[in-house]
Amino acid sequence: MKADPKGVLTGSHTLTGNHACAEGAFAAGCRFLGLYPIVPSLEISERFLERAPEVGATFIQMEDEVSVLAAVLGASWTGKKSMTVTSGPGLSLMMEHLGLGIMLETPCVIVDIQRAGPALGMPGRPAQGDMMQARWGSHGDYEIIALSPSSPQEMFDYTIKAFNLSERYRIPVALMSDAYVAHLQEKVVIPPAEEIEIEPRRYYKGAKDKYLPFKRDKDFVPRMVNIGDGYKFHVTGLTHDDRGYPVMNEECQEYNVHPLVWKVRNYVDEIIEVQEAETEDAEVIIISYGATSRAALKAMEQARKSGIKVGSLKLVTVWPFPEKRVAELAKKVKAFVVPEMNFGQVVLEVERCSYGNANVIFVPHGENGVENTDDLLSAIKQAVQADKVESVIIEFNKGV
Amino acid sequence: MKFWRKPLDLDKIKIPCGEIHIFKDRCKGCAFCVEYCPKDVLEMSEEFNIKGYHPPYVKNPDDCLECHLCEMLCPEFAIFVTLKENEESANVTAEKGRK
Amino acid sequence: MKAKETKTQEIQSVPSKKGEIHPMENLLRMDRMPHIWCPSCGIGLAVTAFASALEKANIDPNKISIVSGIGCTGRVAGYVKLDSFHTTHGRPIAFGTGIRVANPKIKVVVFSGDGDLIAIGGNHFIHAARRNIDMLVVCVNNFIYAMTGGQVAPTTPLAAYATTSPYGCVEPPFNIPYIADSSGAVYVARWTTLHIRRLINSLAEALQKKGFSVVEVISPCGMYYSRINKLGDGLDMMKFYHDNVEIRHGEDTKNLDIGFQTKIICGKFVDRERPSYMERYNQWLSDVKGGSRDEG
Repeated sequence: MKADPKGVLTGSHTLTGNHACAEGAFAAGCRFLGLYPIVPSLEISERFLERAPEVGATFIQMEDEVSVLAAVLGASWTGKKSMTVTSGPGLSLMMEHLGLGIMLETPCVIVDIQRAGPALGMPGRPAQGDMMQARWGSHGDYEIIALSPSSPQEMFDYTIKAFNLSERYRIPVALMSDAYVAHLQEKVVIPPAEEIEIEPRRYYKGAKDKYLPFKRDKDFVPRMVNIGDGYKFHVTGLTHDDRGYPVMNEECQEYNVHPLVWKVRNYVDEIIEVQEAETEDAEVIIISYGATSRAALKAMEQARKSGIKVGSLKLVTVWPFPEKRVAELAKKVKAFVVPEMNFGQVVLEVERCSYGNANVIFVPHGENGVENTDDLLSAIKQAVQADKVESVIIEFNKGV
Repeated sequence: MKFWRKPLDLDKIKIPCGEIHIFKDRCKGCAFCVEYCPKDVLEMSEEFNIKGYHPPYVKNPDDCLECHLCEMLCPEFAIFVTLKENEESANVTAEKGRK
Repeated sequence: MKAKETKTQEIQSVPSKKGEIHPMENLLRMDRMPHIWCPSCGIGLAVTAFASALEKANIDPNKISIVSGIGCTGRVAGYVKLDSFHTTHGRPIAFGTGIRVANPKIKVVVFSGDGDLIAIGGNHFIHAARRNIDMLVVCVNNFIYAMTGGQVAPTTPLAAYATTSPYGCVEPPFNIPYIADSSGAVYVARWTTLHIRRLINSLAEALQKKGFSVVEVISPCGMYYSRINKLGDGLDMMKFYHDNVEIRHGEDTKNLDIGFQTKIICGKFVDRERPSYMERYNQWLSDVKGGSRDEG
């Protein structure tokens, strides 16, 4: 299905990441925004609201982030692609409804512009400290899809990708950006509407009284209907059967909850997307995502010039994590260098998936600038000199 | 009741008579219907339903005026009243049912 | 791990005998009866009143959505045959706001309990009233958190007992009509489950009202509130309502506090006109664009 031209601002622009994200939402067909203002994501809402009348989108600023995601889930069930934008503190308040979105299998997009935490932290400073929260934040077993853009162009592209994934798998999708990329101003090329592929919602077409809100197709994704179409369906956050009625027994828990996980796990190959560069002959591979990928690619080139064979693995989809690919690469390389603007989160996954076949050097990134590559280069030298494989994440030391 | 004035059109109006339907197994024995039936038509029975509650039974069916109060005051949707169709109450003035 | 094809769980329902069709059959999910509420609980009566009000106000059942939160009354959405949502604790009003703003053709009804709407959901209650979102909120007030076993709630009368106020509740309760009125609701009424006909009329009126309308339904809780406080069962509570409810339409919502076993003032207190949220939204839209999208 092609994008609705009304929402596509075709042409080449110079946009901040935030504004590109709002344009991406319109292009993806998003017509409802639930918002609560928070630095550093409020520019997305401001842009969305300015353009909403023109595009025919509706919005509401709610009283807190808890109600924002509840409103977004409600709006999504009326058939409108819905989104909310927030940052760390807001995401913490949205955890309960992230769980409800998973259980009701409601497509929506949650944009998290990460900032330095914990608590109030430094609102303006970029960080990547919410990655594990997005994956494990809500209670109970579930899978989540999270993308991480590293440039305003990718903020535009990945917002569309996020909506498509959320409609395809009928699941909330998180767009994990950060304050740096959000406020960066770069060239953003918006293609004509007919070149933008949009995933339509998978609707139920059968008899009105035969609709089962959770009857799963072969790929575990059930079909949806809109409120007001006369299906008189019932959905609940409790463990439920196909009819959406609450059923409190173990058998139904397995019958209902496990497919929420299989729906993503059995299709990781389709969902996961990574960007690899020069990993064929690489001795050391930098695994990065989001803003740190900018420094990673520069560090790779500089290291290559000075004769060290370095490759780069950029994670477009951080969750689900590309376990297979990382395990394969672990057998071929001496070490992974993992820069993160936090104190070590996704690096734990890298360590887990390398199964002891390669060293994993964690580089806390961003103290002296997101684009700065000094720490990365010294980490690469440290990686090359190491002779045996440690069984623990190596702390990067500035001395080398 | 003794000193009430006799209504002038007493002969023209036929008092409706309702037929009470009880889903015995839905009843949870709260006795709202027995308490608030204006004509004391219902009474709690001694028999048990499948859940072990005592459902009501119709003690004197002829007194039922089809007022639907028992139907409205039943939290279990276990009782409802339909108009009893017989000859002499055919030209009843109260409109049929609660619609 | 693959999903095993297990049969849908059949809930043992009590079919009505041939020819015996309860007048509520088309509005309730009869395949789920008998419902879970305890003997002599008033929530069933609130549902009966709501179903009758739907017919009385001849609302198109396809264009109405009912949202419930968590708690005994939270299960109402599961028993009413409409587009129904059983959402998180305290957030049905927020969920309903999303539905209403996204599709102004849908009449949203939020049917939940006192704990759900006024305790955890208080913030959304007052904001939805301030915005005058087009929504009917039915708040079934049984003075206690009953689903979780009888804990004290912000509506538990002073000095009443509950499992978490074993020596008597020390906090004065909320006056729900007063909150609704002062926050901006356009229709505020309070009835008990005993006043079933007046409740039906009030709900029918509220369903046709444009804007944020609140109907508080005082309901007996035979299993917890009356038992823990030694007030008998639900029937005794109904008898208490019979003798202690005073109907004063238009009473100032300031004086509607409820003490422990004191007089309960019922009636319709507020019935005024205020532009609803979507009216203002569309007015703003037509000013901005010179063309209103659709009424709401």
